[in-house]
Amino acid sequence: MANAILLDAKDNVATCTAAAKAGDKIKILGGGEIICVEDIPIWHKVALQPISKGDKIFKYGEIIGEASIDIAAGGWVSHENIFSVPRDYESEMI
Amino acid sequence: MQFWGYKRADGRAGIRNHVLILPTCACGSETARIVASQIRGAVNIVFNTGCSDVQANTEMSQKILTGFACNPNVYGVVIIGLGCETVPHNKLREKIKSMTSKPVISFGIQEEGGTLKTIEKAVRAARDLAAEASLQQKELCDISELLMGIECGGSDATSGIASNPAVGELSDKLIDLGASTLMSESIEWIGGEHVLAKRAATPELHNKIIKICADYEKHLLAAGQDCRAGQPTPGNKFGGLSTIDEKSLGCIRKGGTRPIVEVLEQAARPTKHGAIVMDTAGYDISSVTSMVAAGCNAIIFTTGRGTPTGNAIVPVLKVTANAQTYSWMADNIDVDLSGIISGDLTIGDAGELLLKKIHDVCNGRLTKAEAYGFSDIAVDHVCRFV
Repeated sequence: MANAILLDAKDNVATCTAAAKAGDKIKILGGGEIICVEDIPIWHKVALQPISKGDKIFKYGEIIGEASIDIAAGGWVSHENIFSVPRDYESEMI
Repeated sequence: MQFWGYKRADGRAGIRNHVLILPTCACGSETARIVASQIRGAVNIVFNTGCSDVQANTEMSQKILTGFACNPNVYGVVIIGLGCETVPHNKLREKIKSMTSKPVISFGIQEEGGTLKTIEKAVRAARDLAAEASLQQKELCDISELLMGIECGGSDATSGIASNPAVGELSDKLIDLGASTLMSESIEWIGGEHVLAKRAATPELHNKIIKICADYEKHLLAAGQDCRAGQPTPGNKFGGLSTIDEKSLGCIRKGGTRPIVEVLEQAARPTKHGAIVMDTAGYDISSVTSMVAAGCNAIIFTTGRGTPTGNAIVPVLKVTANAQTYSWMADNIDVDLSGIISGDLTIGDAGELLLKKIHDVCNGRLTKAEAYGFSDIAVDHVCRFV
């Protein structure tokens, strides 16, 4: 049974549907598996690839924030290591 | 699809037939509560504004009070005023009477000679209204008379992944049947506003959605505040939501996929049928308050962390896709959608299930919060009391 959900092929994080321990193999609904490098609480996000400081984080195929530090593949992605980027509303007008 | 409801003179239909005991201000709230407690069929709200406010705040309070009175779930209204508030009971009564033909009676605590004398008269008035209301028969109403408010509160990662898409499916089904839905919480569009705006039926509505988000940020900035400091909430973060963008992208999924035909300012009554959105706070209680004032006759409410909330006038049907939350708070939450996460329930089937549940509520089935008599409200404020 899968214990993380990938919502869009573009995403670099998946949402854990069970708490994971460092070293656990997480099976991802939507494709693939990843080894957890730290404990991740239920409903939190696991990085599916190495993420560098400044990289955009994608969920739902959309940007949910930017990494404030480097995050390893299998690392815990949370409000502690990503932040919201201000919007450019003017450019969105049609 | 049809439901058994109460037809109103203005053409709308209620799914409840309450006598509303309505305070004009905070000072009338306790008296209103006592009056409602004496009368079967009466409900009250506890109002925290109505006095010592700047004009913009007074306008918001008045929109809420008149909107509550005009809500189709209300048969008639007994207003309890004080006498020295910004808009006294007689003025509020006349304003409501100019908007609806339903019975409206009002009393002022100062002119009646105190709380007990007011209670005596108001209880008699409310008793007579409740007796009249009890004689009104339910009639078959078309589902087009349903205006369902869509809310989420205490969100976690399950909200955006499962319960919100299920409610989005419900919204699409209802709109295809001819009903209308109203989604609000504009601050929780931020980060997903470009996705939501794609649903706009016209370029004007598209830009209105973007502008609401820009203006919300500017408004908070003018007071030296940053929306990203309060959103997501600590509970959201604990539940796996890291940024306002992540929360918003999950939030907007509860509105479904149908074209947005109207973009409303807070607590305004819709003029169109279909999928509608409204500018409100992300604070769930305040958002529901404004949707009830706008005329919603039912509310569906998704939660991840769990919430007990209910509204005095409009039934709130609560759903979660978090299995642990449902097992902990089954006394507060009406529908368990955790099967979506475990793979036992498709989003489409969940939408069908919710359609049946909301149809039952329209036909009179009490929600859990309604059975407990919950009556949360919060009136949004433009700035400080004065």
